[in-house]
Amino acid sequence: MAKRNTIVLFIILAIFAFAVCALVYPLFDREELRLGLDLQGGIHMVYQADFSDLEPGTEAEAIDGAVAVIERRINVLGVTEPLIQKQGSDRILVELPGVGEAEKAKELIGATALLEFREQGVDEEGNAAWVPATATIDGEEKTLTSGYFKENTYVGQGSLSQILLYFEWNEEGSAISGEVTGRLIGQPLAIFLSGEPLLGDDGLPIAPIVQSQITDRGQVEGLSLQEATELSQLLNAGRIPVPLNPVYEQTVSPTLGADFIDMSLLAGLIGIILVMLFMIIYYRLPGALASLALIFYGAVVLAVFKLIPVTLTLAGIGGFVLSIGMAVDANVLIFERMKEEFATGRTLGAAIEAGFNRAWMAIRDSNVTTIIVCVILIWLGSSIVESAPVTGFAVTLLIGVLASMFSAIIVTRTLLRLFVGTKLGKRTWLFSAHREKK
Amino acid sequence: MLNITGKRSLFLIISEIIILIGIIALVVFGLQPGIEFSSGSMLTIGFEQEVAQSELKEELVNLGYDNVIIQRTGAGDFFIRTQELTAPERLALEEDLGARFGSLTEREFNSVSSMVAAETVHNAIIAVGVAAVGILLYITWAFRRMPKPFHYGVCAIIALVHDVVLVTGIFAILGAIMGWEINLMFITGVLAVIGYSINNTVVVFDRIRENLRRGVSPDFEMVVNNSLVDTLSRSLNTSLTTLLVVLALLLFVGASIQNFALVMLIGIIVGTYSSLFVAPTLLIVWERGEWGKLIFLRRGKTEEA
Repeated sequence: MAKRNTIVLFIILAIFAFAVCALVYPLFDREELRLGLDLQGGIHMVYQADFSDLEPGTEAEAIDGAVAVIERRINVLGVTEPLIQKQGSDRILVELPGVGEAEKAKELIGATALLEFREQGVDEEGNAAWVPATATIDGEEKTLTSGYFKENTYVGQGSLSQILLYFEWNEEGSAISGEVTGRLIGQPLAIFLSGEPLLGDDGLPIAPIVQSQITDRGQVEGLSLQEATELSQLLNAGRIPVPLNPVYEQTVSPTLGADFIDMSLLAGLIGIILVMLFMIIYYRLPGALASLALIFYGAVVLAVFKLIPVTLTLAGIGGFVLSIGMAVDANVLIFERMKEEFATGRTLGAAIEAGFNRAWMAIRDSNVTTIIVCVILIWLGSSIVESAPVTGFAVTLLIGVLASMFSAIIVTRTLLRLFVGTKLGKRTWLFSAHREKK
Repeated sequence: MLNITGKRSLFLIISEIIILIGIIALVVFGLQPGIEFSSGSMLTIGFEQEVAQSELKEELVNLGYDNVIIQRTGAGDFFIRTQELTAPERLALEEDLGARFGSLTEREFNSVSSMVAAETVHNAIIAVGVAAVGILLYITWAFRRMPKPFHYGVCAIIALVHDVVLVTGIFAILGAIMGWEINLMFITGVLAVIGYSINNTVVVFDRIRENLRRGVSPDFEMVVNNSLVDTLSRSLNTSLTTLLVVLALLLFVGASIQNFALVMLIGIIVGTYSSLFVAPTLLIVWERGEWGKLIFLRRGKTEEA
């Protein structure tokens, strides 16, 4: 018995050592605990695709295309670990952790990156305005846009070392361009990006005078190097093949996230210390051993979070802190049973074994409901858009409950057994046990 | 030995009064749904200069946001809740506020469309329903060995409903007075409370079953009382340890899990009360058919209904 206990003790110590190593050193390529957007800041957006203008049967292709285009656009930003994912058949989830420049990122995702060429004309009210430059090709009126660009635009310098964005027309584009530029020689042709005039480095709209008919290639002059480069990348990333409307958005500034981490660490620490104090004062030696088991528990659970990895949200940390309080519940059940066994005159060894055996049923039963609730919450989280808090909470609590059954039962019992037959084990006050019956 | 069950009339009537207040609060005030359930936008803005809440409110109304809710969340930080803002509307709003109150930083922004909100409500209702069925199945299973499974099951469920009504009632009052809203973390908290509270009830009932089998006393009331006293310290201690960590969460984290922490805090206290003083005492009332105890404050044996 004692020998077996020693073996179990070594296994426990080994697990503990492994958990601590996993937390301190990057094991299996896991450098840090993975933090959710609410803790490290960033953007979480969900877009709904509008298929109404699409030919039936092409929806799946369009949404996959949209995901690919967004991925390429996000690469421009250089975000670490972005997540771009199709949700269901008609939604796209975009998560950009740690992004501070929220507006910029969303502009990149949302921007249709469609350059539109416009000519001088009059609007519906008869005022002078820029109107889309159109040409009639095969009896259809078509607007001259970057939709007809080949996806190989690039940035270079002209002979006066001015920055130029070069583009080439595809077959259809060259026909439209030929007609439009042929018609507009000597007149300005403005460039609009997403409905707004494209402004040059000087802050003025870019609207060059057409010098000659253009059919195959062209260039945009007046942008700064950075603007031109970004625009080129966007154009090359392609167009999103289906209109996307944001249906959910969450943006957290990185500084706010950092505050949350500090506060939740403090809460966890205070929680754990209060629980330990209570256990030690109320249950004395067994309480102290339960506190050791709690440290074991904390290290193992955090290591599991890191290795799986579990994305830690604020709610997830809430689940973890809650599970600390629940983790000692099993110990309370066991120690109360032990006290009762002591009261009937049993020895320490017998009281420990009887306490654990008789409390086991209650511990198992009481964890069942928590597990039921966790599973239901995980389902709920997986079925809704704002899943992060619900899922985060349920997953950490579930892992916590499972780990607590191990720590509260195996770890505490193994530690307690060490005292069986020792001098300390005979001092019943250490176990707050009363021999006399009430 | 403590005589807990002897005061069952008092315990039950306290619960009834509190439940009545909860139901009245729910009927009168209703619950304030957060944007996750009703759609809209939430914005947390930090101003560099000191801004008075009333001025901010005035400015927002001037800008056409009539139904705006504003809360001060920290030094210079304000939480603003509006109808759903589109990206240009949000930029315009921040620019306008910046022009009026000086430079500001957006700390947090959250926007939910009505379609997503409707889905969330739908799925949250399903989740609560499934949870209810799951808990019922669990209760049926856990009480299969009890002498009168139906009695035990019904009393446990009454205790659960008691807890849920109370927590939601308090949130209705908080919603009316302080603008607290019901969000997903509230639902999560309620489900966690249900799971937690039923455990305590099961522990007490389990002991009643054991003591009945051991034949502690021929008097059912005595058996229940003994069982309560036997399990009192473990019931209180398990609740206390959990309460400690929840309190730490509430005081130090707050923010987005404030709703959850408060639901848990109230739920654990109420749940412990109902597990110790409502579910077991109801068993006695039922066993003896002394329904008058539910209405009149009387000790000992009274007339039968």
